[in-house]
Amino acid sequence: MRIGRCATLVLILVLLVACDDGRKAAPPVKRGPGVPAYGDALVVGSIGEPSTLIPLLASDSASHEVAGQIYNGLVRYDKNLKLEGELAESWDVSSDGLTITFHLRKGVRWHDGEPFTSRDVLYTYRVTIDPKTPTAYADAFKQVQRAEAPDQYTFRVTYGKPFAPALESWGMAVLPAHLLEGKDITKSELARNPVGTGPYRFKEWVAGQKIVLDSNREYYEGRPYVDRYIYRVIPDTSTMYMELKAGALDMMGLSPVQYQRQTNTPEFLSRFNKYRYAASAFTYLGYNLRHPLFTDRRVRQALTSAINKDEIVHGVLLGMGQVTHGPYKPGTWAYNPRIPDFDYNPERARQLLAEAGWRETDSEGILTKDGKPFRFTILTNQGNAERLKTAQIIQRRLRKVGIDVKIRVIEWASFLSQFIDKGNFEAVLLGWTISPDPDMFDIWHSSKTGPKELNFIGYKNPEVDRLLVEGRETFDQEKRRRCYWQFQEILAQDQPYTFLYVPDALPVVSARFRGIEPAAAGIMYNFIKWYVPKDEQQYLQ
Amino acid sequence: MGIYLLKRLLMMIPLLFGITIITFAVIHLAPGEPVEMQVAMNPRVSAEARERLRKFYDLDKPLYVQYGKWVGRLARLDFGRSFAPDGRKVLDKIKERIPITLSLNIIALLLEFGLAVPIGIFAAIRRDTPLDKGITVFVFLGFAVPTFWLALLLMYVFGVKLSWFPISGLHSMGSEGMGTVGWLLDMARHLILPISVATFSSLAGLSRYMRSTMLEVIRQDYITTARAKGLSERTVVFRHALRNALLPVITLLGFSVPGLIGGSVIFETIYAIPGMGQLFYMGVMARDYPLVMGILVIGACLTLVGNLLADVGYALADPRIRTGGAA
Amino acid sequence: MSFRESYFYQVFWARFRGNRFAVAGGITVLCLFLVSFLAPYITPYDPDALDLYHVLMPPSADHWFGTDELGRDVFTRIVFGARISLKVGFVAVGIAVLVGTVIGLVSAYYGGMIDAIFMRFVDIMLCFPTFFLILAVIAILEPSIWYIMIIIGLTGWMGVARLVRAEVLSIRERDYVMAAKSIGASDMRIIFRHVLPNALSPVLVSATLGVAGAILTESALSFLGIGVQPPTPSWGNILTAGKDYIEFAWWLSLFPGLAILVTVLSYNLLGEGIRDALDPRLNR
Repeated sequence: MRIGRCATLVLILVLLVACDDGRKAAPPVKRGPGVPAYGDALVVGSIGEPSTLIPLLASDSASHEVAGQIYNGLVRYDKNLKLEGELAESWDVSSDGLTITFHLRKGVRWHDGEPFTSRDVLYTYRVTIDPKTPTAYADAFKQVQRAEAPDQYTFRVTYGKPFAPALESWGMAVLPAHLLEGKDITKSELARNPVGTGPYRFKEWVAGQKIVLDSNREYYEGRPYVDRYIYRVIPDTSTMYMELKAGALDMMGLSPVQYQRQTNTPEFLSRFNKYRYAASAFTYLGYNLRHPLFTDRRVRQALTSAINKDEIVHGVLLGMGQVTHGPYKPGTWAYNPRIPDFDYNPERARQLLAEAGWRETDSEGILTKDGKPFRFTILTNQGNAERLKTAQIIQRRLRKVGIDVKIRVIEWASFLSQFIDKGNFEAVLLGWTISPDPDMFDIWHSSKTGPKELNFIGYKNPEVDRLLVEGRETFDQEKRRRCYWQFQEILAQDQPYTFLYVPDALPVVSARFRGIEPAAAGIMYNFIKWYVPKDEQQYLQ
Repeated sequence: MGIYLLKRLLMMIPLLFGITIITFAVIHLAPGEPVEMQVAMNPRVSAEARERLRKFYDLDKPLYVQYGKWVGRLARLDFGRSFAPDGRKVLDKIKERIPITLSLNIIALLLEFGLAVPIGIFAAIRRDTPLDKGITVFVFLGFAVPTFWLALLLMYVFGVKLSWFPISGLHSMGSEGMGTVGWLLDMARHLILPISVATFSSLAGLSRYMRSTMLEVIRQDYITTARAKGLSERTVVFRHALRNALLPVITLLGFSVPGLIGGSVIFETIYAIPGMGQLFYMGVMARDYPLVMGILVIGACLTLVGNLLADVGYALADPRIRTGGAA
Repeated sequence: MSFRESYFYQVFWARFRGNRFAVAGGITVLCLFLVSFLAPYITPYDPDALDLYHVLMPPSADHWFGTDELGRDVFTRIVFGARISLKVGFVAVGIAVLVGTVIGLVSAYYGGMIDAIFMRFVDIMLCFPTFFLILAVIAILEPSIWYIMIIIGLTGWMGVARLVRAEVLSIRERDYVMAAKSIGASDMRIIFRHVLPNALSPVLVSATLGVAGAILTESALSFLGIGVQPPTPSWGNILTAGKDYIEFAWWLSLFPGLAILVTVLSYNLLGEGIRDALDPRLNR
């Protein structure tokens, strides 16, 4: 989960996605289903090149996307975003919620032929928490008090207190112990030449140009139909679109303009299928709650009332997205559909502002209080055109109720070190990705307001703190749901952010691929079942 | 001349040293940290993990210690390891990109000088004719039209519509099986569009300098004399005038030496060419200090060499110029 | 004004007027500046007014140059953008040319130690990591168009300096300079009367080329957070925003591109006209 510049990098496909709530994609061209056949290749474009194919060390989405085809975790999310076993056939949680026992799948082999056992899982856990490993992912595993492998196919972890996000964390890629144990993982050649257990095995990596994967014929879930997965580095999205039209790419994520205005020709629709579903991310306007302007809740409620979210979805996304009022994706179990909201209502905004003491206006029509004008700057990061447009729309709307807004775009690294980390900002326009597990402790808990922590807006509400802790310390989904629903109601009243929108993911795939079944998890979850009928195969071997 | 050269070469050592100190200080003091880029805004990362990374990269040490370590490695021609998660050697990262950048730049440079110099001379001789004006508009067009615009236009016309040339990248799928000649031809086909765009956009600079100095020279007395002697226009232009009009060309050639390993990010991004421009840009954005320092140091060496060559070149082109002095 | 000086200006003016191209260039430059001053009177639209229901509309009678990604009138934005872009082109290049010319001239004319020091300084500046300097500026200062102009100017003079120096190295050995020296003319007089006018060609070329460069650099820097911030238009940032829609909304990048081209061409014609009019040898 990562925002900003890297979030924009997640262009190819947002893989975790929610339900298609009734809004249909342009009708796909009817081609017969054909007969499933092995062969052909899928060529996708990526705007970033992976940094390393050892997922433990990678923090960019490109690396994780490629590595995701090569490695498996113990668990994974299924098409409906429910956890299911991957390398673990099943698991038990002890009645006190402290111990999780994974029963590993038998007969799984690494791409080099070695058998997969609990030794690999134990190694992966140990190297992750090793202080010498430069990884960003150790935290969830620090909660583990004891990890053991009683036999070759059993792995057991014990936690200090029940920790609901723990299960999700075991979706982390398991690394091959026989190739890494006793070696320095940062210098391992696996970074450029990985060996996993996944549906595709690594073939070659031409630096800066492409990565080629071949199907793993011995994959435990069956041999994938598509023989080859080719990953081309094309840093520019316009170029990528040209390549797609020229037939050199099979799949990419479209922009709203491309989706709505450029790809509705019969010619395009006969060659490609377009898909559309809510992406797992939201964009928000966050207020620095330590700043005197925003300490009053009524002021934040007024700001939200003064912003027309529908207009933003229309103008920025051309309608390819939905308005949001909280931090969860509409349609998921944690999402509370009945939270009170401050819909667009400038009258109410003015009234709330007046209650908070912003009554007078100066010669330019700007609201003042104690002689000071209501003026602030929205910061956003360079390289994200959507946010920039959103900021400009908000600026116009707030000016109408008498608030003077400036916009400032800043390069990402400086943005973090000079403004966010130092609390040196008034409002920020940013986004979060939404993970399937609703735990948001790090973003909203009052203990996370320190420098460089994620509650950088300084939100503190004891009730929310309690709910967040309660929600992460039980495995009972119904109990968790109640916690998070109540949490959303409080957020809606407090308006520490103005939640703006959840954009749609707009992938397009060459029509020769069959077997694609869009679901809550997007389209890639069943990639090994995609196939191209023999007579339509493009790349022959 | 020999002593002058030796002095200048010796002078380069302290100069380079100074440049590395300035550069090192500036890039480390500028806001942003490499660790930030990897872990910031990631809820799974704690402050402790951040410190772990900082330590791993020696970022917790004082700046002079970091510099000392860096220089120590450099003395052994080791540029260190990249701060990117792959932790590869900086030199390896540079090495895999140099060949393509260098060959692209050399071809483009040859074309640029090969075309711009004659264009400039021609425009100067035919001064103020419609042809001269036409050339002026043409070269400025290449200069003012944004690279990305022209590049995408050509891609659309020749790639998507006509399918004459591939759109981006360096090789087609399956180029491995084409044999050496086929492989080279395939690559050449990929490079035609990018090289054309690069050349077109660079014509303006050189050709305008050429034209204006040529005009300047043609007005000099000795050219009038040469003409008066009844020498053919051809002889006048190429024997007498050209040589004296070469000074700006030499200066620009000197500047293009460091440019050989550089590249435009926009250009490389659009054509998906894995070159040095992109590498440097990504290094800067991620605050990958060892990588950035590595490229800057190589660039600095080439800059110094380029300017030295230019200084020597002046003396060769115009014997009246005395190089030397106190340098 | 002495007789000699007024005569000089008369000759200059007469020569300049006689050059159709130069006059055309001059008038265009004048028009561009006028347009930028009179922007609000030229177009009925507000440059920042959004119309989210008419985004990316092609050119029409209502919107001559179409509308942009937020439904703003592109013609209006180009007219208002001229304020920023012309200023940047003028001031930034002015700084670069002035610094570069002085350093190049002094360096070559006096030679020796001065030359060595100045040229090593040029070498250092050429290797300076400008980008990181900009980052530091972002952190310390509020965004302003002036910082951009100063940064572009102060990091862009080295080319001019080396070009001028090369010219002057050759000029100072020529007969007429030698002659002036031998009759005891002061350095100042030699520099301004004999050396500078003859070294002007590369200066003019780099100035015209620099204008386009500065206009485009402005937008790149603005997006890093130091220059004009949205929604204020400049040619560079209209162009940059247009890049995302290039296969579809060509008008977003074509018109600002044309504006830059016209500016550069007219500066070029004007510059050449001025130089010719100043040249004592040229009689036409």
